[in-house]
Amino acid sequence: MVSETTATMTEPVIQMENLNVYYGSTLAVRDVNINIPYNQVMAFIGPSGCGKSTVLRCLNRMNDLIPSARVEGKVTYHGRDIYSSDVDAVDLRRRVGMVFQKPNPFPKSIYENIAFGARINGYQGDMDELVEDSLRKAAIWDEVKDQLKKSGLALSGGQQQRLCIARAIALQPDVILMDEPCSALDPISTLRVEELINQLKDQYTIVIVTHNMQQASRVSDYTAFFNAEATEQGGKQGFLVECDTTKTIFNNPREKSTQEYVSGRFG
Amino acid sequence: MTSPNQVLQGDSCQPNAYKFSPALPSRYKTDGIFKALAWAAVVISLTVLVVLLADVANDGISRINWNFLTSFPSRRPAESGLLSALVGTIWVMALVALFSFPIGVGAGIFLEEFIADSFFENIVEVNIANLAAVPSIIYGLLGLQVFVRWLFPITGGRTILSGALTLTLLILPIIIIATRESLRAVPSSLRQAGFALGATRWQVVREIIFPQALPGILTGVILALSRAIGETAPLITIGALTFIAFLPPLSLQGLRTTFSVLPIQVFNWVSRPQAEFHLLAAGGIIVLMVMLLLMNGIAIYLRNRFQQNR
Repeated sequence: MVSETTATMTEPVIQMENLNVYYGSTLAVRDVNINIPYNQVMAFIGPSGCGKSTVLRCLNRMNDLIPSARVEGKVTYHGRDIYSSDVDAVDLRRRVGMVFQKPNPFPKSIYENIAFGARINGYQGDMDELVEDSLRKAAIWDEVKDQLKKSGLALSGGQQQRLCIARAIALQPDVILMDEPCSALDPISTLRVEELINQLKDQYTIVIVTHNMQQASRVSDYTAFFNAEATEQGGKQGFLVECDTTKTIFNNPREKSTQEYVSGRFG
Repeated sequence: MTSPNQVLQGDSCQPNAYKFSPALPSRYKTDGIFKALAWAAVVISLTVLVVLLADVANDGISRINWNFLTSFPSRRPAESGLLSALVGTIWVMALVALFSFPIGVGAGIFLEEFIADSFFENIVEVNIANLAAVPSIIYGLLGLQVFVRWLFPITGGRTILSGALTLTLLILPIIIIATRESLRAVPSSLRQAGFALGATRWQVVREIIFPQALPGILTGVILALSRAIGETAPLITIGALTFIAFLPPLSLQGLRTTFSVLPIQVFNWVSRPQAEFHLLAAGGIIVLMVMLLLMNGIAIYLRNRFQQNR
């Protein structure tokens, strides 16, 4: 599976090899092999509990923050194993940014929301310029340029989410992870974020988890389909079914379960 | 609250609709009963408080004057004042605030943000919850042994420093618990956002979590200080004096002078046989309560100020 898809991809930024994720002694996701190509949009789709968010959080080591979480296998970023002892999670997260399901701007001004990440990471350049540039790239500058001192929480949900994207962009990452970025937004805000994703992929590699298959088909170049099966203990175990170009996954998938999922027959 | 007597009429299309029995009058009645009970609870507690305050004010207000605040205690009730106790209380409370804020808040932050959910944290948590419930006189005994006797070279015995350290121990558990509750109330999505931007744990705590939790932490600290200001038992245990006719010098040496505080002065006056001293006690209680109100006022002011800054 890996070798076939690799052939169609450009140079991968992130590679997952035989990735297993445990919570305590429970194996939550198993056998994930995905290559995430450079400056493309990769979508993770699948039913609830299939571990797509869990896998996403392995890519910037956010799972480190859950004491019981444990990762097996290999995740490389530009060829380096990010779970090896010489890679620092704090440094990694500057390069692999993240946008969350629910917009979570800091209870600070719009300006500070952007400047915060840059400041704590020791940004030496012109802060005003960085803030403007990030807000422009996130297509929210025109809406907020006159109210940069206003609290980020005063914005609408869709604006907050674009502010969070701008906040991630400000750190000049090469990868942006998005965990269901539109699930808390109305359709118009969703559309704007999707347009934004399309613009951003020229400069950034984007991995997006989504429940919405239309969204996956609209924004992504590649799609990984995850599924879950019940375990004997009554929990759920997620696994990767297949990963290919979005076109193939939606029109001509190899696995029957993928076909059923993308045509809306379950999940 | 008005309760409509008439239930909406109309032919429902749902076959099982008749199985609902709205019983609105009795449901509204239950509402009313509980509302009345809650009211009664408020009235009872307020009445008790008002009666107490009125009684004390009635006895003591005539005693409150400049002389009362600026005289030392005396055998003669008419000349007696509470200057040394008032100053003693201010000294002790300032020191308690100075010691307990950094230690309590620091411990709370460490437990909640740095080692949450570890085995060690669970053990410490249970112990702190227990410590918060330990009677204050036990802290007095601890203070007597540790601060007055063992640390005599530093504290100088039954001094302001010993008293302040004892009261600090007493309120530390309360401050730690309040700090942790306030930190816990900050949404974890903000922590995640901070970490995802490559912040270290300290940066997340310092820049995002702590400012959010500060109003709640301050409230907890002031409530704890309000408890400390009224404590008598532990200070009597460590041997605070009831008759002090001098003020501590405003220097480090001041920490090592013997002292009295308002509750002890009040306690002393109440236990005298002469009725005049009882009036002095009422006056002392009023002064103590005004100090408490001032502290709570400051707490509310600070809380509002920090909340506006969000």
